[in-house]
Amino acid sequence: MIPPNPPIWSLPTHPNHLGMSLSRSIDRRGAMQIGLFSTLGFLGRGGAMGSTPPAAPPDAAAAAKKTKPSAKATTVIQIFLWGGMSHSDTWDPKPDAGYDYNGPLKKFLSTNVPGIQLSEWFLELAKQADKYSLIRSMTHGNNGHETAAYLVQTAHAPGDRLAYPSVGAVFAHMKEQEYKGSLPPYVVLTKPQGRFSEEGFLGARLKPFATGGDPNASRFEVEGIVSRRVADARQEARRDLLASLDTLRKSAGDDPLVRASQAARTEAYEMILGKGREVFDLSKEKPELRDRYGRHTFGQDCLAARRMAEAGVPYIVINYPGGWDTHSNHFQTMGRQAPQLDQGLAALLADLHDRGMLDTTLVWCCGEFGRGPKVDWQPPWNGGRNHHGKVFSVLVAGGGFKGGHVVGASDEKAMEVAERPVSPTDLLGSIYQLAGIDSKASLPHPMGLEAHILPKDPGKAPSGGLLTEIM
Amino acid sequence: MSWIGEFSDCLRTGFSEWTQRARIGKLASYPGIGLRYGIALALLLGPAWDLRSAEPPTPPPAKPKVAEKPTPPRSSDLFTSPLPLKTESRIDRLVMAKLRPLGIQPALCSDAVFVRRVHLDLIGIPPTAEEARAFIANPDAANKRKALTEQLLSRDECSVYRAMKWGDLLRIKAEFPINLWPNAAQLYHRWVVDSLRQNKPYDQFVRELLTSSGSNYRVGPVNFYRALPSRTPEGIASGVALTFLGSRTEAWPQDRLAGMAAFFSQVGYKPTSEWKEEYVFWDPTGSHAIAGNAAPGRPSIAEIGTPFEDAGLAATANPAAFPKEAVFPDGTKVTLSTDRDPREIFADWLISPENPWFTRAIANRVWFWLMGRGIVHEADDFRDDNPPSHPELLAYLEKELIGAEYDLKHLYRLILNSEAYQFASVAGSTSPEAEALFAAYPMRRLEAEVLIDAINRITGTTELYTSPIPEPFTYIPQGQPAVSIGDGSITSPFLSLFGRSARATGTESERTGQVVSGQWIHLLNSSHIQEKLENGPGIKALVSAKRPVNETITALYLAILSRHPGPEEIVTARAYCGLGADDKPDQKPVRPEHWNDLAWALLNTHEFLFRH
Repeated sequence: MIPPNPPIWSLPTHPNHLGMSLSRSIDRRGAMQIGLFSTLGFLGRGGAMGSTPPAAPPDAAAAAKKTKPSAKATTVIQIFLWGGMSHSDTWDPKPDAGYDYNGPLKKFLSTNVPGIQLSEWFLELAKQADKYSLIRSMTHGNNGHETAAYLVQTAHAPGDRLAYPSVGAVFAHMKEQEYKGSLPPYVVLTKPQGRFSEEGFLGARLKPFATGGDPNASRFEVEGIVSRRVADARQEARRDLLASLDTLRKSAGDDPLVRASQAARTEAYEMILGKGREVFDLSKEKPELRDRYGRHTFGQDCLAARRMAEAGVPYIVINYPGGWDTHSNHFQTMGRQAPQLDQGLAALLADLHDRGMLDTTLVWCCGEFGRGPKVDWQPPWNGGRNHHGKVFSVLVAGGGFKGGHVVGASDEKAMEVAERPVSPTDLLGSIYQLAGIDSKASLPHPMGLEAHILPKDPGKAPSGGLLTEIM
Repeated sequence: MSWIGEFSDCLRTGFSEWTQRARIGKLASYPGIGLRYGIALALLLGPAWDLRSAEPPTPPPAKPKVAEKPTPPRSSDLFTSPLPLKTESRIDRLVMAKLRPLGIQPALCSDAVFVRRVHLDLIGIPPTAEEARAFIANPDAANKRKALTEQLLSRDECSVYRAMKWGDLLRIKAEFPINLWPNAAQLYHRWVVDSLRQNKPYDQFVRELLTSSGSNYRVGPVNFYRALPSRTPEGIASGVALTFLGSRTEAWPQDRLAGMAAFFSQVGYKPTSEWKEEYVFWDPTGSHAIAGNAAPGRPSIAEIGTPFEDAGLAATANPAAFPKEAVFPDGTKVTLSTDRDPREIFADWLISPENPWFTRAIANRVWFWLMGRGIVHEADDFRDDNPPSHPELLAYLEKELIGAEYDLKHLYRLILNSEAYQFASVAGSTSPEAEALFAAYPMRRLEAEVLIDAINRITGTTELYTSPIPEPFTYIPQGQPAVSIGDGSITSPFLSLFGRSARATGTESERTGQVVSGQWIHLLNSSHIQEKLENGPGIKALVSAKRPVNETITALYLAILSRHPGPEEIVTARAYCGLGADDKPDQKPVRPEHWNDLAWALLNTHEFLFRH
């Protein structure tokens, strides 16, 4: 049973943790006086590091009355930072940890939610911390890319008898009846992840559709849907030619496999020649908005994801273009990629908010693990960070998640969970719940084996339960 | 518009456009279609003789509306043979015995269908245009199918293609979730291919898999024990039962699994100082479970016999805790002693001809591979309440395999030379019952690897196969066929899209033959396939040769569909190219891309996409 959401200030973990980081923030930056109320965030846009304008406290009474999230997530946008983004250099900074931990990183930003700090690369996200919450105590303890990626996206322990489908495939499966759009229900921008078979035992139909192409190019050529080579008239002529030359099909049209295949071909043509493909035409957006998202692949990935969310696609994954597996060249890579992540993600949240879509669009962003908080200065790493599954950070927003909160905490060097562990089961369970999906439901297995969306027995992994404090 | 669209017009056309425009005189003179076949067709068509003087089709309008052009009469004649069934072999008598009472009369497939089918089923690639043309033209109707089968069975691609299927069952994969590690996966695969090349008797093949010891980098078959979803004795027993008994232990009573698991309670694993090297060995003392004892570089074996200090591990490490008794799945009990590896005791029981399951399971699997459906279906789901459709047939195959001392090629020959294997895919009844009784060769989508290899050969192009894990990334030399890639972690987006086995569980169903819209999008319109058609040397060479248009059309048909086009197909293709029916020298399509469109269309037919 899920307890009703207690007001934020009554949660045992929060005041403690906030108190800790707040005082540090005040000490370091001489920031303005803050009260616990303002940890709820404020809804205005703008504001900046260190110079946060005075915020109108939210309607605390109304917030307290809300015992259940009224908004349910109908679309999920998952931004996957494959390779594993450092948590201590980004969303869980430890300004006092010193050079061995922070390396050249010296600047830390306050945000428009007092008490929440980010590293210097997140200028835009710092202006709107009220729109998202940060989980700083995500943990599964696994340091292998593929096993950790599997854990984070299925919540099942690797090495189980079954290879489970990813949350996206489960989502698409559970929404298959109600989703009526012409695009595939589970889309990946732009390349499939490839760490494990995302559709698992659910079958080829629930394999994510990978767009290919580059949304930042002058034309976003979605592989198989938007073709530069074949104009529509020729496309139609070819389709007719194929229909008349498909001789075997005419003889074998009653074969169930052939019939299903023919139906799938018709579906494909709806995407190739139908209206659905307009979603991928980013030139329909104002140049200023495209600028705001950032004129780089990730920024335009985010814009494309918003357009797909508008079209009702249930589950959209952005596999970050370029990895975060920064064993070496860590700080250089971070300095290049993190600001792009900041720009695209912040623009996405603001845009969803402006369009009134944030209530129904759930965004979550993390990698398969964090990175070792202690810099590895030895050759061959020369200032790199290694895999770290013991604790890392996740950003969640919208779709029923409250903004402006921090869930859990890592210890003072960001090495271990200090408070309120969040397991993959906790995170995915919360996402499923917000989407109205019963995570105890069983999944159809081709061999009739028992399989449930989430593990029946979560085992001994550290867990703090569903994220009720932000739901 | 719904995500599940309605069926297109294509489904509603079909035979309604049946016309009698076929001009048999022309058909019979058509290159490659022999007089005999032409006459046979003519006899079948009967009144078509009267239509010799039928008017040629009207020239196409500016934008060819080919969909309204007539379709070939009895298109199935392209796919079925006029020869009658003989029902001589034991297999055929047993199959027909079930079909006759239902009034089902299957037809034999045409030579063109056979040459493509047997190439796909044995070597995993369609015949080249030349191979197809030569086989179809060969007048030796009595022997040519048998001769071709024999020739294909001896080709090296046959071993490679069969190894791909074994790779699925044995879960040959470097990374998640099996984690064999790349060099071990390569070694394991090479061992399988070599075993098939030598035509190693199947019982010996299995015994080596179950009883080998040594390093995963040096002794290929030891990887069997590393490529299991679980390494517990129960997990190993479960994998062995699935792979060699065709039985899923999920349906077993618990004590049966426990009894069999005891044979695998002494399997030891230990690392060495080489990165990811691992020894699989018989470990009757439980040495590998002692903490620190199996650390890389430690002389683990030297410590055998020392007292166990770690109380937490004592239960697993203490040989006193090992089961003293094991039970074969047939209920026979054996006492385990410390002087013989229990894996050997099990293997000897397993491969004994008296074992009621072992031979049947592989005979059924070979039947399933070739016929698309097991006599026990699914092929890895033997259980009392899933009886064989043809018990006598299964018993016959079992007896034959034992008689041939587990030479699997003997089974291949028996099945491939039967009429049952050579039934047409399109004839006969459409009832589900008929399908289960092998009334027709079931149509199945080509496997991912086979499909891309065929596309690459036709277009003269190659693919990039890589594995992003572990670093540094693995790249396979361009031009290597996909069916020959041993390691399931080395892949491409195409292979993944078309349902290559994830090699996680070792079940046959892990390789999917579904056709979904995402696959069609890719085939119909991706830059990947377009690039191959437009810029690859294969199609260019076919369409740029100086020859009459009809010969080029025929060349495209032979290269892509392994057969000659039917007369109406020629008319349709010519019409698309803006040409009338008369084949004159120096003609060419109105626009050069018409050739490309024609190749594209043939590549997107069900006839190409499916084995049939």
